Amino acid sequence: MLNSGISVLTEGSNLLRLMGGLLITARIALIAIILGSLLGIIVGLVRTSKSRVLRFICRFYLELFRIIPILVWLFFVYFGVPGIFDIHLEGELVAVIVFSLWGAAEMGDIVRGALESLPKHQIESGKALGLNFWQLYRFVLLPQATRRMLPGAINLSTRMVKTTSLVVMIGVIDVVKVGQQIIERSILKEPTSSFWIYGFIFILYFIICYPLSKLSKKLEAKWES
Amino acid sequence: MKLNGRAKEAFIISTTKDQVLLEIQGLRKDYGTTTVLNDINLTIHKGEVVVILGPSGCGKSTLLRCLNGLEAIQGGEIRFAGKNLTGKNVHWQEYRQKIGMVFQNYDLFPHMSVIENILLGPLQVQKRPKKEVLEQAQQLLERVGLLNRKDAYPRELSGGQKQRIAIVRALCMNPEIMLFDEVTAALDPEMVREVLDVILGLAKQGMTMVIVTHEMGFAQAVADRIVFIDAGNICEIAKPAEFFANPQTERAQQFLNIFQF
Repeated sequence: MLNSGISVLTEGSNLLRLMGGLLITARIALIAIILGSLLGIIVGLVRTSKSRVLRFICRFYLELFRIIPILVWLFFVYFGVPGIFDIHLEGELVAVIVFSLWGAAEMGDIVRGALESLPKHQIESGKALGLNFWQLYRFVLLPQATRRMLPGAINLSTRMVKTTSLVVMIGVIDVVKVGQQIIERSILKEPTSSFWIYGFIFILYFIICYPLSKLSKKLEAKWES
Repeated sequence: MKLNGRAKEAFIISTTKDQVLLEIQGLRKDYGTTTVLNDINLTIHKGEVVVILGPSGCGKSTLLRCLNGLEAIQGGEIRFAGKNLTGKNVHWQEYRQKIGMVFQNYDLFPHMSVIENILLGPLQVQKRPKKEVLEQAQQLLERVGLLNRKDAYPRELSGGQKQRIAIVRALCMNPEIMLFDEVTAALDPEMVREVLDVILGLAKQGMTMVIVTHEMGFAQAVADRIVFIDAGNICEIAKPAEFFANPQTERAQQFLNIFQF
């Protein structure tokens, strides 16, 4: 019985559709991770700046994403914002916006932590060489901080990949949604299709996330030696 | 007047020994409501080696840090080569190239090799041609006996080697004055000598230096003048021979007694 269920995967264009869904998942995650990281570096710099007001604003921004569930953010931007401004936002675009903002907030915290963990005399010896603010960050602080923030950043990235599964709720047809559609159509004929489809999606997520954590281990090992 | 090479060196040594390079007038430094340096007056001439002594926490390191703008001062004036370094609009990045500093903690950048550490300032800050800087860096490394470690990373070096590299890194900026902030305090005793020898060598070449140290023998050997600071005030300024043989103030006597067994 189990064996017959596996055929659901290859039936018709099911496999292709699943891969198409995976592509959307990966696309949202990848763009959000890249944008989030870039914005996150800026947020991190601001959070270590001298201005208390700026620091507070960025802290508040982070808390907004920590306190409010991502699902509510997705609903708010997808249903709430267009209503007020009388525009239509594509679900995938909303997903990219929300995940990028979330990534930036969390990445900002990781960057801040890494920068603050650097010994103070690194800043001073850089300054003593006459480096200006940007040179100090570019040549001295960020390269060192990158090594320290890598584990956290990779962890955040895999969390972002996984959380993209919420985009189903705003009508984006991602890999999970495609899976559901396939199951709905075949479940009566093939009661084990849930097992096979979700099992397959399980592996797909693993295939995306595993290289990420592998990469982080590799880089860590390389930098340690 | 334009002079080159040797002629310039000879000219500087022969005529500028009493030219004022750094002038500190009425300097005051507060941390919150505590005053850590009070009414510091000190003039440093070109080619002079001034050693600052004093008990821990007396403010001697803070004074050095004020001299290259790592600490803001709350009163008084610092003048470097006639230029006022006081106030908010001082372009410290420019003056820090001329006021080199070496710290107590090995302050090399751990993610860069020795040579990258040394080239960073000259190439990025001073925008000098790489060929010229590289040549100078190699000469300096040769002089401190570490040319063979130029591609090593700081973690592969001993404390003494790291400090010698830190000195080379500062020297490669062609500073007019060097500040040394307890550069041997964190070193194992057997490595202190190799670092002090480098500084002694610099003194012989006529480098202007302000040195904070706890090595009394070294202070006596290298200094043109000793400045004794206690509780944020300069108590005594004297020639080393006089200071060590016959300190004028009671505080200085007490301080020197600590080093005798």
